[in-house]
Amino acid sequence: MTSIFGADGKMLPCTVLETGPCVITQVKTEDKEGYSAIQLAFGERKEKNTPNALVGHFRRAGTTSKRKVVEFRGDSGNAALGGLVNVSIFEPGDSVDVVGISKGKGFQGVVKRHGFGGVGGQTHGQHNRLRAPGSLGASSFPSKVFKGMRMAGRTGGARVKVQNLEVVKVYADKNLLVVKGSVPGPKGSFVIVEK
Amino acid sequence: MDLLTFVEQDNTPERSLPAFRSGDTIAVHYKIREGNKERIQVFQGIVLQRRGAAATETFTVRKMSNGIGVERIFPVASPFIEKVDLLTQGVVRRSRIFYLREATGKSARIKAKR
Repeated sequence: MTSIFGADGKMLPCTVLETGPCVITQVKTEDKEGYSAIQLAFGERKEKNTPNALVGHFRRAGTTSKRKVVEFRGDSGNAALGGLVNVSIFEPGDSVDVVGISKGKGFQGVVKRHGFGGVGGQTHGQHNRLRAPGSLGASSFPSKVFKGMRMAGRTGGARVKVQNLEVVKVYADKNLLVVKGSVPGPKGSFVIVEK
Repeated sequence: MDLLTFVEQDNTPERSLPAFRSGDTIAVHYKIREGNKERIQVFQGIVLQRRGAAATETFTVRKMSNGIGVERIFPVASPFIEKVDLLTQGVVRRSRIFYLREATGKSARIKAKR
């Protein structure tokens, strides 16, 4: 992340995303697959590290081996196999959604994981349960803890979508997209940008 | 070049602020917009620290205003900074002189560089 000063002089927190060029590796149609979508591939990888099935798949699209393959559903329009999708489909001022895998936080308590308030204060005889979850439910009826009760556990490392990020800048020659705000995941991770 | 560095350099205009560091006394000429009018306010005080790098670098200035300590944090790249005057260079032994907040009277002075 970095900061950019906007036209009115205000500082905008920004994230820089390398966006494309993505190769169209498959066009799915209503007739053949039952729904329409396009499949995009991004990021280079060595052919010796690519499964043979994928090598053949990429060869059909007339491209080299790629690292990530993602399908986007919706009307494929006039997309052609082997065509390129790059950052120029975005313009400053657009709002985009960004999907990524959030950073793993390990085993966390309910305060961090679910935003519980914890126990009010250190007084009234409390001494060791400041961040405890409190009651898990009622008593002899229903005499069980309901499924889905929010408790401590593995946190982060899940698919997260951040909606309505504003596009601040587009560098078409370097395939860079600068959006306002933060996106899920560590630096250098792969994300999906949806318009 | 690193892509992040490229974006930072592309969006950070060239600034020619004097090379001040913590302990120096500076005057920041800061543009303030009120409605459509713009005026310049001078904030004069001692630099407590400089932190960050490139586009996100900031500095903290502390001054005493009617006996009350006031601190302001300015981004170095802020377009609202008209100019910075370096008034005196101080001699301090560390890059972050937060001890100045607790210091009063004689110990709150900073020796000037000669």
